[in-house]
Amino acid sequence: MITSSYSPSSWRQRLRRGRASGRLSAVLLLLPPALILFSLFVILPLADAAYYSLFDWNGYATPSDFVGAENYQRLLGHSTFHTALWNTVQLVIVSLVVQLPLALGLALLIYRKTPANALFRLVFFLPYILAEVAAGLIWSFVFDGEYGVTAQLFNALDMESVYILADRQWAFAAIMTVIVWKYFGFHMMIYIAALQGVPKDLVEAARLEGAGPWQIARHVQVPMIKHAIVVSVFFALIGSLQIFDIIIPLTNGGPSNSTHTIVTYLYTFGLTRLKIGFGSAAAIFLFVIAMLIAFFYQRHAMAREDA
Amino acid sequence: MSRFFLLRNSLRVIVLLIVAGFVIGPLLAAFFGGFKSNAQLRTNPLGLPASWDVSHYAGILDDPSFWQYLGNSLLISSATVILTLIVGASAAYVFSHIRFFGARMLHSYLLLGLMFPFAAAILPLFIKVRDLGLLDTYWAVILPQTAFGLSLAILLFKAFFDQLPRELFEAAYVDGCSYLRFFWSFTLPLSTPILATVGVFVFVQSWNNFLLPLVVFNTESIYTWPLGMMQFRGEYLTQWNLILAFVSLTILPAIVFFLAAQKYIVAGLTGGSVKG
Repeated sequence: MITSSYSPSSWRQRLRRGRASGRLSAVLLLLPPALILFSLFVILPLADAAYYSLFDWNGYATPSDFVGAENYQRLLGHSTFHTALWNTVQLVIVSLVVQLPLALGLALLIYRKTPANALFRLVFFLPYILAEVAAGLIWSFVFDGEYGVTAQLFNALDMESVYILADRQWAFAAIMTVIVWKYFGFHMMIYIAALQGVPKDLVEAARLEGAGPWQIARHVQVPMIKHAIVVSVFFALIGSLQIFDIIIPLTNGGPSNSTHTIVTYLYTFGLTRLKIGFGSAAAIFLFVIAMLIAFFYQRHAMAREDA
Repeated sequence: MSRFFLLRNSLRVIVLLIVAGFVIGPLLAAFFGGFKSNAQLRTNPLGLPASWDVSHYAGILDDPSFWQYLGNSLLISSATVILTLIVGASAAYVFSHIRFFGARMLHSYLLLGLMFPFAAAILPLFIKVRDLGLLDTYWAVILPQTAFGLSLAILLFKAFFDQLPRELFEAAYVDGCSYLRFFWSFTLPLSTPILATVGVFVFVQSWNNFLLPLVVFNTESIYTWPLGMMQFRGEYLTQWNLILAFVSLTILPAIVFFLAAQKYIVAGLTGGSVKG
């Protein structure tokens, strides 16, 4: 653009002005959609939950029946909520003691890039991509006391068939089996990616010095992928707190409310019975636990990892 | 030595095959079950069907509500992906390219969603969606899903944008290119790998989402397929062959999609594990 007033300095000035206004309009155009959506549907609902939890409210009109901490007291005194909490703790334990070691062991067996390993990886990851509802329905067939695979097993052993999912003793164990089945592949993939990043000569050197696969895994590979393990434990913890979709098709929280998790609890006792205030107290409880875990985890496990 | 190696290797293969059986068994039982009569299911739930009777599968494929569920899911998931990519990439671009007062704070604010459990917000979300008059509309699922997907999208987009060569931007800017133009004509086209990775994850999450549609949908005609599947289960309580055929038919597209998008799914998982 050549004009009579052209000079390097005014060109620069124009550019700077243009840049400043372009910057403002870019910020004003590109940022607000994210801020509005996020505030409206993520932050505000959580603030609302905290507010609603102080009222005895059925979700209609404006909350007016202020009860203070009563919802929380009732929640902590409700035996079904204790069951839901204990079930959630059990999920965490099974995750840490069964699921993650299984995922790590398998990852160590198939992390090398061979066609056979690729096939196994695909198979083990398959459940993770299925919808929870689909997984739940398939397994509710497997556990069916009349038609299912387990019924057949009982028959073969000449035993009376048990309706596993209708049995207070067995139902939650069955659910935990399904959850391990569904999610171990996810953690396995994280470990495989990390194991592939471990320098090959390190493993090779250990082997030349006479270390067996078990020793190599224990003293070389696992320490080298500690960061991936720390991350996957975090996913497992937060994921265990939020289990919902799988429970509904399997047991819907039954028999006699024995298989609830925190989320199925707050859905069943908060929403389907329209006790929004009471359910919100359970939601805030869940939120606080998740925040505490995230906070301590970041402070301790992840911080130590960075050091 | 070599015999020991052979033994160890066959032990390894046996372990892998057992786990593979545990993983695949239920899926095969479902797939075969769709071909069996109910009487045959009862005596032989796991094995091959005596005759490959396709009538249950055909019946479901003939059922218009099956296609309606899938259509609804496709619409909602696609809209969620498009919206998340546009809104998330725009915000990440601002944080990556423009320094302004408060940028850091706003960025951390938008990442808060990474730690919030979605389920904790479901009750007030129901009230909010109802107050906005959106109950029983597609938006009731699309908007909250997008909002909850934004944190991860922004995190991944910003990390990617930050790595794009700075010189490119400076050259374009000297040529008089505006921020908006640059975003549209350079950043986005250069970012297809990360757009695909985020898109695949958002799509899968939306496609499988159950809790949110369950809470905000009442009318069967807008049900997504996980809801439709539960509805179907309710209608055909003990007709396991029909239910299994239905489930198998919904699993098939998931497997095809996974095989097609495998690269991006693995990229997303490993990217997440590197960052944490």
